[in-house]
Amino acid sequence: MTRTENPENTELDTGGAPALSETDVVKIPRGVRLREDKARGGWVLLAPERVFQLDPVAREVLSRLDGERSIAAIVDDLAATFAAPRERILIDVRAMLVDLLTKNVLEVV
Amino acid sequence: MTPGTPAPQPPIGMLAELTHRCPLQCPYCSNPVELTRKRDELDTETWQRVFAEAAELGVLQVHLSGGEPAARPDLEALIAGCVDSGLYSNLITAGVNISRARLEALADAGLDHVQLSIQGATAEVNDRIANLPGAFDKKRAFAAEVTDVGLPLTLNSVIHRHNLHQIPDLVELALELGARRLEIAHAQYYGWALANRGALMPPREQVMEALELVEAARERLKGKLVIDAVVPDYYARLPKPCMNGWGRQSLNVTPNGRVLPCHAAETIPGLEFWNVREHALDEIWRDNPAFNAYRGTDWMPDACQSCDRREIDWGGCRCQALALTGDAAQMDPVCEFSPYHDDVQALAIVDAQKGDDFAYRRFARQPA
Repeated sequence: MTRTENPENTELDTGGAPALSETDVVKIPRGVRLREDKARGGWVLLAPERVFQLDPVAREVLSRLDGERSIAAIVDDLAATFAAPRERILIDVRAMLVDLLTKNVLEVV
Repeated sequence: MTPGTPAPQPPIGMLAELTHRCPLQCPYCSNPVELTRKRDELDTETWQRVFAEAAELGVLQVHLSGGEPAARPDLEALIAGCVDSGLYSNLITAGVNISRARLEALADAGLDHVQLSIQGATAEVNDRIANLPGAFDKKRAFAAEVTDVGLPLTLNSVIHRHNLHQIPDLVELALELGARRLEIAHAQYYGWALANRGALMPPREQVMEALELVEAARERLKGKLVIDAVVPDYYARLPKPCMNGWGRQSLNVTPNGRVLPCHAAETIPGLEFWNVREHALDEIWRDNPAFNAYRGTDWMPDACQSCDRREIDWGGCRCQALALTGDAAQMDPVCEFSPYHDDVQALAIVDAQKGDDFAYRRFARQPA
């Protein structure tokens, strides 16, 4: 049955996961969908037998994964949009993407 | 619902059992022992309405299951119905009767994901459990076509005494076939599996060994293959959080339109399940007394109500409580605090030593 997970609450464990560099391009593959969850509010990432409930930050990151822009470009965009320090954003974005890559719900292009 | 009761949280997932027809005869099938016939199945328009109502209610994912869902000639239209309602669609199939052309049509209709059942890691084991010669080769060919078409693939294998030794081979097979996910699901003893318990129950030490193997494979293949395990609970100390709570996150719709909190709920006497032919889905979810019978924690025996795990395992499984104690409102007898706990372990130990033949899943002979 469907399991619900919150990527922000799951313990970060990068063991065995691919190292992720700023030049990498990450995409949401076929079979995974980002959509609004009107019944409960907020946004979700739907994957095989899994539902990830996203916080607003995760949604901002995932909605920028267009399969073309690199992580660096997305971090630049977020830093400009939210007037926040780039280094801090990079750490958060990388941690989140590595976590979801480890769970096989994102792909490196 | 009695006045003043808060409305339940909306469900997240819905299992749509489109038909009970299936080319396989697996002796652990989760369908009820009394199967619904084709003439009693819901029609296309009704299913499409149910999908729209489900989406409105808050369902995010629909699992198109059966029997074999591809036995329905209107599967493309049903997938399109899910797409129209914004639902994530997951096809749960045996993979023996879907041609390449049809698979492409299902993908074009907007199918999101395919879950393929596999009964064993070799043709000999697979085909004997499914009672269908040639099934294994067809499944392999189908898996290759799924990944070739670009759909994500999960392999699901129900584990029991006759394939428990094949877990490493199943992991290798999943990798070879390009699956992104593998479900190692120990048989849960309801319906056909309950009738076949003496033929299926594995010995305890082999179960424990298998759990370690799965854990090691999961660690080793992180980022490559997601492995989800469903544990065999007769040997457990704590009950499973069955359905994550009765009427809490998910619902089932049977081929003839009855709405259930879980597969086996109809085994519980005294519950009346409403039908989508007569009621809207949100009304059933909210007001059907059967959904409210074991919702939340108020129904629980005192020992469960005062337990720290009451909102973790939700008292375990009602159908299992019924099957093993005769009372659906008992705590799940798997729990170490249940007075029946030792009896359940003893049952499993005895059944694991039996040499029963399979009672294959079939439609009962039609009365004349």
